[in-house]
Amino acid sequence: MTTSGSELRRRRQLRFSLSRQQIVGLLWQVVVVGIAVAIIAFLWSNALHNLSARRISTGFAFLGREAGMPITDTWLAYSPRDPYVRAFIVGIVNTLRVAVIGIVLATGLGTLVGIARLSSNWLLSRLAAVYVELLRDIPLLLQLLFWYVLMQGLPAARAAWKPIEGIFLSNRGLVLPAIPITEANLWVIAALIGGLIALFVLRRHLMARQEADGKVRHLWPYALALIAGLPALVSFGLGASWTITMPELRGFNFVGGLTLAPEYFALLIALVTYTSAFIAEIVRSGIQAVPRGQWDAASALGLRRSFVLQRIVLPQALRVIIPPMTSQYLNLTKNSSLAVAVGYQDVVSIANTTLNQTGQAIEAIALIMMVFLSISLGISLLMNWYNARIALVER
Amino acid sequence: MTSISEAPQNPLPFGGARSRKTPGGAVIRWLRANLFASVTSSLITVILVVLLGKALISLVQWGYWNAVWSVPGDQTGACRSVRGLGACWAVIPEKYRFILFGTYPFNEQWRPALVCLTFIALFFVSTRRSWWRKELLLIWAAALALIGVLMWGGTFGLTYVSQDRWGGLPVTLILATFGLAFGFPLGIVVALGRRSKLPAIRSLCVLYVELIRGVPLISLLFMASVMFPLFMPEGVNIDKLLRAQIAFVLFAGAYLAEVIRGGLQAVPRGQHDAADALGLSYWKKNGLIILPQAIRHVIPPLVNTFIAFFKDTSLVLIIGIFDLLTTAKTSIIDPAWQPFSVEVYLFVALIYFLFCFAMSRYSRGLEAQTRRS
Repeated sequence: MTTSGSELRRRRQLRFSLSRQQIVGLLWQVVVVGIAVAIIAFLWSNALHNLSARRISTGFAFLGREAGMPITDTWLAYSPRDPYVRAFIVGIVNTLRVAVIGIVLATGLGTLVGIARLSSNWLLSRLAAVYVELLRDIPLLLQLLFWYVLMQGLPAARAAWKPIEGIFLSNRGLVLPAIPITEANLWVIAALIGGLIALFVLRRHLMARQEADGKVRHLWPYALALIAGLPALVSFGLGASWTITMPELRGFNFVGGLTLAPEYFALLIALVTYTSAFIAEIVRSGIQAVPRGQWDAASALGLRRSFVLQRIVLPQALRVIIPPMTSQYLNLTKNSSLAVAVGYQDVVSIANTTLNQTGQAIEAIALIMMVFLSISLGISLLMNWYNARIALVER
Repeated sequence: MTSISEAPQNPLPFGGARSRKTPGGAVIRWLRANLFASVTSSLITVILVVLLGKALISLVQWGYWNAVWSVPGDQTGACRSVRGLGACWAVIPEKYRFILFGTYPFNEQWRPALVCLTFIALFFVSTRRSWWRKELLLIWAAALALIGVLMWGGTFGLTYVSQDRWGGLPVTLILATFGLAFGFPLGIVVALGRRSKLPAIRSLCVLYVELIRGVPLISLLFMASVMFPLFMPEGVNIDKLLRAQIAFVLFAGAYLAEVIRGGLQAVPRGQHDAADALGLSYWKKNGLIILPQAIRHVIPPLVNTFIAFFKDTSLVLIIGIFDLLTTAKTSIIDPAWQPFSVEVYLFVALIYFLFCFAMSRYSRGLEAQTRRS
């Protein structure tokens, strides 16, 4: 509790009434906490009684038992003979797979639509407005079912649509050409990430020196070396192969390439389009929040338009954009649990199956809560860190 | 615009001004400014017109030109022959009673229809600023009671209809409206609790809000449908719809609490001090001074929360409660009509859209009003 000067003074003058206030406050707390504890104790004792009556043992021991549930669409090796704990991990990976890719795509699409909404071209901005309004005002679950039904109505694998050579769209989902992931390829990707981090550090260093002595320093030679040169060197050294495998139709199914199952694809489309409508509105209001005078002042200084956007407008817009964006990312992650409606096996769907098989309702739901609370916490921490970095530094 | 009103302001010779203000000229100027302002803009316009034109033509072909509007009974042959080329709108007149009212007794379906109208009238009355008075609470209580009587029956010569036969739009409206009607006071109490100086109460409220907001709604609904019976004493059996309703109230309470808390934070500190100086009690201070201002601040985000909540009621599909979306999904289980689910989903999407669009329009109007004042 903070005690300001005025409060101290008041406390001295009104000693009697304040101590009465404190007593009332204490009483309130005791009553409310007492009621809460009583309710929880009542529910808990009922649960214990009911569970023992149904011969369900509490605890997480069931996680070690054989799951016996098939999971078709997974990135991890899994068989129905694996224990429940393995099934849960597969489910968590499936949730993250749809959430992370969904967040990236929704951010891109939403930013585009948000900028289109501000376009001086009337047709484009109206179209963006219709897109936003239409997607925001229809329940996500309905959109998801709609996409899934459309997906099922696609032609069979034999008669798949080929919008571009190597891409097949059929009722088996979307099949794309892919580069097979080998150990050498992973090293090259690691080199690229390392190069990007090094470039980032270098950029800060160069900017600090430039600010100190006013001499212009070019970043692009370093950028070329770190982003293009380093990965290329690693790729040559390890002899990584980058041949793209084209999917082919053999019999009734596709061989090679990357297959996005119809359940996953429908869920991804639904989440991305729905969330992008909200992100578009956030981006639009963020850009509009930057006063027109900022543009004018920057161009009066003779700065280039791209420079103005990058260094003047965007940093200010981001301050408005980041907090609501965080909650959209959290929403997308939570909404990915609608997967259960189309049969994509995310963590909620697997917990639900577990619950039906074992009757371990409390444990299954506790696991869902734990997973989502930690994902929420992770996203919030990351976004808060980013927000603190770009926040206005008041002097 | 008439030329008479413009004449005094226009220093140019009459003929010149006239030729620039012809209707055709205005259109062309508008097109120049808004569609062909630059090369890029013109390019975008041309590409969009071509794409939009193509999309609209195929949409009209599918939805109108090649569509089948009615078929005799369950004979969907005509629909099947145009599958993929034209819509089968015949499914709507065939199934709309089931989609809207579920398995409610057919001859009694005027009752849920009346319930839907009551809801719409109730929403309409509540949006009028001049109606925001204490009497509105009485109207709400009366309307909700009327809805209960109409749905259940059993009095006034109405036959009794048990809850498991309810379905469709009334269930969606009941879940949303009752959820908000009870979630709103809960949200106010929790928001006040979260800003309270008493540490135990504050942490209880924080715990509640963060727990509910941290997990997906589905897990709350699973909890309501599977775990809730475990937590009840033996022999106590609460209806599934009511259990889902309780989950929705708790869910709405947490989200509304956060919105209201934002409003509470926007009330200047001086208002608190002034109320204290008048010697008002905690409840009088908040009820008469702080909350009215706080809620006025956050009406637009509150309406947005209402919209989100209305859409979220569709999640009860997953626990098998017959709301509007579930009846729509069930209506096309019938093998004769199964291939025409897209049409049914579009029909239901239109209903949801109308409700949400009306609310979002209203919210935007309110925002414009607050900006002006």
